Amino acid sequence: MGFLDIDNTTKSYGSVEVLHKVDISIEEGEFLVLVGPSGCGKSTLLNMIAGLEEITSGEIRIKDNVMNGVHPSKRNIAMVFQSYALYPNMTVGQNITFGLEMHGVAKPEREKAMQDVARLLQIEQLLDRKPGQLSGGQRQRVAMGRALVRNPDVFLFDEPLSNLDAKLRVDMRTEIKKLHQSLGTTIVYVTHDQIEALTLSTRIAVMNGGYVQQLGTPQEIYDKPENIFVATFMGSPAMNVVPAVVRVDGGVPQAEIVLFDGSKARLPFSQPNLTAWDGRDILLGIRPEAITDHDSADRKSGNIASLSNRIVVTEPAGSDMFVSMQLGGKDVIARMRSDADVRAGQDFEFAVNMEKAIAFDPETEARIQP
Amino acid sequence: MSVASQDTAIRTGRVTRKLIYLVLVLFALFYMLPLYVMLVNSVKPLSEITGGGMMNLPQAFTLEPWAKAWSSAQIGVEPTGLAPYFWNSIKMVVPAVAVSTVLGALNGYVLTKWRFKYDTILFGLMLFACFIPFQIVLIPMARMLGLMGLAGTTWGLALVHVVYGIGFTTLYFRNYYAVFPTELIRAAQIDGAGFFQIFWRILLPSSGPIAVVSVIWQFTNIWNDFLFGASFAGADSQPMTVALNNLVQASHGVKEYNVHFAGAILAAMPTLLVYIVAGRYFVRGLMAGSVKG
Repeated sequence: MGFLDIDNTTKSYGSVEVLHKVDISIEEGEFLVLVGPSGCGKSTLLNMIAGLEEITSGEIRIKDNVMNGVHPSKRNIAMVFQSYALYPNMTVGQNITFGLEMHGVAKPEREKAMQDVARLLQIEQLLDRKPGQLSGGQRQRVAMGRALVRNPDVFLFDEPLSNLDAKLRVDMRTEIKKLHQSLGTTIVYVTHDQIEALTLSTRIAVMNGGYVQQLGTPQEIYDKPENIFVATFMGSPAMNVVPAVVRVDGGVPQAEIVLFDGSKARLPFSQPNLTAWDGRDILLGIRPEAITDHDSADRKSGNIASLSNRIVVTEPAGSDMFVSMQLGGKDVIARMRSDADVRAGQDFEFAVNMEKAIAFDPETEARIQP
Repeated sequence: MSVASQDTAIRTGRVTRKLIYLVLVLFALFYMLPLYVMLVNSVKPLSEITGGGMMNLPQAFTLEPWAKAWSSAQIGVEPTGLAPYFWNSIKMVVPAVAVSTVLGALNGYVLTKWRFKYDTILFGLMLFACFIPFQIVLIPMARMLGLMGLAGTTWGLALVHVVYGIGFTTLYFRNYYAVFPTELIRAAQIDGAGFFQIFWRILLPSSGPIAVVSVIWQFTNIWNDFLFGASFAGADSQPMTVALNNLVQASHGVKEYNVHFAGAILAAMPTLLVYIVAGRYFVRGLMAGSVKG
């Protein structure tokens, strides 16, 4: 039993099931991020934890108490909304203490709690202002203050950073992470931004089409994606997925892929059980940073394969150089050092870190387990 | 002709501009004419009116007609003036406007933020209240008032206006609240506010513009209503409009036009006042939600 259990939970609107048997359990102090494209059911799931949407079947438990049918205000949760949802007619101070007032907390205690939270979030000078007079970042802080002041069991965040500009978003992201580390609270956070998911979470649930595709730590999600959806959704640029055929040579399984000119190259796998796939089609997944020049190839890797191919386009991006080529009829992106000596149209000797390569079954799109 | 400025799409020379103003002033004067006639003749002795020259300014200024219209003119059989009927109207309008506005706000709140099955159909049915002609309900309403023991009372009249007004006020508030962010309601729910706490603490304080629209609309309609007043009011609960009619239509004695004019202005005064005080919010409220920002 975890701190927050989502146990075989489904959600239907009429005869349409939008969430299918979701099973997630997290411990106290964890930071769970629900990530997925729009319409995947992540916000619906969050609203079900909050009690704003009913649970069709299954159970949601917080501290082993079943929450089905319990009013949102009695679940000891707090929520930060995408639009911040600050009460426009109240001052910042009143916004922060409204929840305490509704729960019958005496005025002196409310004042003290408000001052503590205001100090923590550095919004003391804003307490007498109305939300309309605040900037986006300030509203964001007030919304978090309103959640913090209740000292809830679980914090729920619904895409809280999506209304901020790019720079502020990065700042607030760091701030939320700091807050989580210093307070040790349990957080469920919804976002469609995979970078936010990877940077903030202790665990990620990648969702698509109402299913949890994979639940795991950021490292697991990134390095060992369970299927092609997770592999391509998480990471930017996305993981390259290339059609290949398994050939076994001297007991070592190799991926045979078609180069730009129709000739074939073979890259040896580090995954011995792929010998069983001899002669069959697979999809080969390689992260852009696993394809580089030989000088900057990962020295700790025991399996660097060489691949000679023609460069189609180079895209300098400041810290990195993105190099694209044709592999197996697909555009493939390699992430190189920004000062790599590459030109479009050049034939280049790439270093592929095959320890990080992942094989997918083309029919089920699931990862072929090692 | 002056050089047309670059930043206006419509070029208007000095002559055209003067012509436009001239036409506008003429129109304004034309529209003000009735008010002028009423004001001027309400401060003249009767002899000046009956001697012809209705458009002339008063030669002998007097407030006598106003005093008479207010406190001593013959209304029906009693020489009471319009004063008691004015208070009848106030006693009818204030509760009717307040109750219908609050109920409309409550309906709008439920229809947008506490959605239930068939709520749009219910709203559609409520809208029919805006289209039902007054005449159709006269007899059933009289029967209902009788059954409730409210026949011939100011309270009964107020009730009729509340029932008739709810359709409009619900329409106003529903459309206003439809664009009110639902996340605010959800935040308040999580904060532990109940149904009525959300209404009083979150929704109503943000409803200023639409409340003004509802109050102005209801106030003018109820104050100016004649048919319900004439049909349902008793002798001592008649509203201002009915009393004014009785004053002007008196079939015996001399027709005191100056008193009639003064009385008519008195009857129109409250609605004028409401427009002047709250009018600038009226358009703002009507436009609310239609344009973003």
